[in-house]
Amino acid sequence: MEQLLLLLIFLPLVGALAAALSGNAAKHVALASSIVSLALALITICNFTPDASTQFMVDQPWIRELGINFHVGIDGISIITVLLTNVLVPLIILAGYQHNYKSPNAFFALILFMQSGLLLVFTALDAFLFYIGWEAALIPIYFICAVWGGKDRIKVNMKFFVYTIAGSLFMLLGIIYLYLQNPAKNFDIQAFYNLNLDFTQQAWIFWAFFVAFAIKMPIFPFHTWQPNTYTEAPAVGTMLLSGIMLKMGIYGVIRWLLPIVPLGVQEWGHTAIILSVIGIVYASLIAFTQKNAKKLVAYSSIAHVGLISAGIFALNQQGMQGAIVQMLSHGINVVGLFFVLDIISSRLKTNKISELGGIAKQAPQLAIVALIIVLGTVALPGTNGFIGEFLLLVGVYQYNVWIAVFAGLTIIFGAVYMLRMYQNIMLGKTNDLTVSFTDIKGSEKVVLYTVCALVILLGVYPKPVLQLSEASVQHLIEQVTQKLTLVN
Amino acid sequence: MNIIITITVTALVVLYAGLFKAKKALLTITLIGLLTALAFVVTSWNTSQTYYGMMQMDNFALAFSGITILGTLFIFLLTQNYFAADSENTAEYFTLILFALAGIIIMLSYQNMSMLFIGVEIMSVSLYILAGIRKSNFASNEASLKYFLMGAFSTGFLLFGITLIYGATGSFDLTVINQYLVSNYKTISPMFYPGVILLIIGLSFKIGAAPFHFWVPDVYEGSPTLITTFMSTIVKTAGFAAFIRLFADAFAPLHDFWLPPLLVIVCLTLFIGNVTALFQKNFKRMLAYSSISHAGYLLFSLVALTSSSSNNALVYAAAYTFASIIAFAVLILVKQKTGNDHFDSFNGLAKRNPLTALVLTVAMLSLAGIPLTAGFIGKYLMFLNVMNEYQTYLVAFAILNALVGFYYYFKVIVAMYFKEGAELQLETPIQYKVVLVLSLAITLFLGVYPAVILNLI
Repeated sequence: MEQLLLLLIFLPLVGALAAALSGNAAKHVALASSIVSLALALITICNFTPDASTQFMVDQPWIRELGINFHVGIDGISIITVLLTNVLVPLIILAGYQHNYKSPNAFFALILFMQSGLLLVFTALDAFLFYIGWEAALIPIYFICAVWGGKDRIKVNMKFFVYTIAGSLFMLLGIIYLYLQNPAKNFDIQAFYNLNLDFTQQAWIFWAFFVAFAIKMPIFPFHTWQPNTYTEAPAVGTMLLSGIMLKMGIYGVIRWLLPIVPLGVQEWGHTAIILSVIGIVYASLIAFTQKNAKKLVAYSSIAHVGLISAGIFALNQQGMQGAIVQMLSHGINVVGLFFVLDIISSRLKTNKISELGGIAKQAPQLAIVALIIVLGTVALPGTNGFIGEFLLLVGVYQYNVWIAVFAGLTIIFGAVYMLRMYQNIMLGKTNDLTVSFTDIKGSEKVVLYTVCALVILLGVYPKPVLQLSEASVQHLIEQVTQKLTLVN
Repeated sequence: MNIIITITVTALVVLYAGLFKAKKALLTITLIGLLTALAFVVTSWNTSQTYYGMMQMDNFALAFSGITILGTLFIFLLTQNYFAADSENTAEYFTLILFALAGIIIMLSYQNMSMLFIGVEIMSVSLYILAGIRKSNFASNEASLKYFLMGAFSTGFLLFGITLIYGATGSFDLTVINQYLVSNYKTISPMFYPGVILLIIGLSFKIGAAPFHFWVPDVYEGSPTLITTFMSTIVKTAGFAAFIRLFADAFAPLHDFWLPPLLVIVCLTLFIGNVTALFQKNFKRMLAYSSISHAGYLLFSLVALTSSSSNNALVYAAAYTFASIIAFAVLILVKQKTGNDHFDSFNGLAKRNPLTALVLTVAMLSLAGIPLTAGFIGKYLMFLNVMNEYQTYLVAFAILNALVGFYYYFKVIVAMYFKEGAELQLETPIQYKVVLVLSLAITLFLGVYPAVILNLI
């Protein structure tokens, strides 16, 4: 069973190599590799016992001299992110099927390479390994966005790259500091949890980690790279960034920030929540005014992530559980939305809302699936978005009523701008541009139907997901509060 | 000692081979000589022989010798038709490089400060000539003259420093000086302090650390690229090893005294090197400035003297050397095609030369310090080293500089992959391929599994 996790992490790497060598057939190789990964992930889940323990653990020395171990494992929290990654990657690869990318072998190899890095981030139990995965996921997405992106791609991606690497280097500083504090001189997460750091140490380590995670998510005011990067990236890149990569930040907060520096969180968590809520309101307001649909979705993503981060820093069971469910739901929904927009822009060469309209008449199937995804995004009861946002709001409400009021605006605002966008694009009169629109076909159908099925399935029956993570979340909260009461 | 003898004999044989017009054999002789020297490095491992108190071939010297000899070997492989285009006298150039290498080995293994001086001079004099081998080229002449004047100047500092320290301690021997410091800690002669400062200045000149770096960009740019490669990798590594040997072995008890000036030098070097590199339009000049900034990172190993300091420097030097060799090798190939070394010459390179572009990308990622390359491990060790002393602000400052580094190292990646260009096909001779592949292998291997060289010294 231990080999399962190794296989899960390294199979995409093998797939990447195979894709790189297979020329124009790369997309098929990549798809096959990602489907095998998905199957492996499902096997993992079937063998997973939903308790608070870490399972499928592998712990091998890597660089013994520096105290670095290849230490990975899955618990109730990481299993969700592992599942998310392995579900989304095949969908995203399939979403790229209709495009004719130049040097497709490099393109699909990079996607799989990134998948490997992401899985390393989500399963690492060694801080150094976590950092390696963190960077290993960044390099491929930089190249995906910068080689296959839009007109402004070079400048925009440089900003994205420097932003994220700035965050991660400060995180590295924090990691080195923790390592030096650790009497065992290793990077083991459990040893880091057990460190007795005083208040000032925790405060600055909080910031060293928080900035890295906040940039990745992104949280206001670290979000400025995001809208342009999303807009300029090729559709597949946008999906990878928004669907999976931003979860790295959220996951990092849950796995590393909260348990290692609970005092720092106690002191600065409030600031983090305020920033998140400012982000929610701010991004929603900007989303209202967007003329470009892709940018609108990008800003809506900032708003949604703000709510997730507020829920996490509320430090209670509901908020945390909501965050984990919402990570999954947001990933699925946002990939669906960006794919719908990609279908539109690859046919009509535009994402400007004002130029579109009446697509529903020409493409009824697309209109229906898009509606389901939009409803999932605006958190209509019965869709996946509802469960997560509801739990998140309950969590934030328990923390502070007024913050919950502002955070709740995200649902109202989201409904307004999302539905208005839907209305302007899909409904209304068909114009000269949209009259030639053809409905979805082939691989597009597969992707969008799957996304819709997941939206409804998770909305109606979220229990398995909640069950998977419940024990781990509870354990985490207990761990943090215990440490806090010990100090106080 | 075998190593120095081998290298010197090889140099002489090459010179005679040149005399008898045996041009074809030159490279073969040199390679055999260097491989023999490398074999001696391996066989004398862990033996630590001392030669009349003048030189000590300990593991420190041997490890750095290994890197410098291997690096020189790679550079010789790149000489394919390189000098032949300039002049008939290829043999002399080979000899000069080998003599410089002999001087370098002395710099790595000195036990006595007079040997340090002799080593530095043997190396420098050869380099003054090498910088100017393009006799009809204006820039080459300028580089040679500048290098000579600055070099002579810094040698003066070095010599004066050595003299003052001799005056204070009555010895050139590193161990004796160290013992003097330990036993007379309260009553150190006032002559000693300016001596240390002068040595810092002299050696900073040699390694091109700010504010004594002004000669670096012009000399590196003006010299023939292959000589620049030698200067910025092998010579720099040697300068560092000499620096570390002196300060870690002899002056360690005075750490509190020389740390503040060193910190100033480190910060200035990082800042000036990185920020100026950012504004360069010329790839070669950018590499020159980036080599200044790497000098800053390397000096980190002296900021905190721990048991692993010198080994950390070794890893960093290895990472830097082989990544730089890749960068310069590709630059030579590009320049042969386009005739200049601007960033624009790299535009669209990836389309026709995907593998060369990939190798150069890895080299740039390594120089920038991205995980899974040797450069990252090097930077990580340096940061770790300094964090041991809790110089958190210094590391934070270095991180900001590293960020600037990403900008300019990515410039060439951006040019190769994202810009449209002439789509020229590079002609890569087999020797270049060998060097590129081996350097790439070393860079990646040290990045993934650095354990092999972590506990060498």
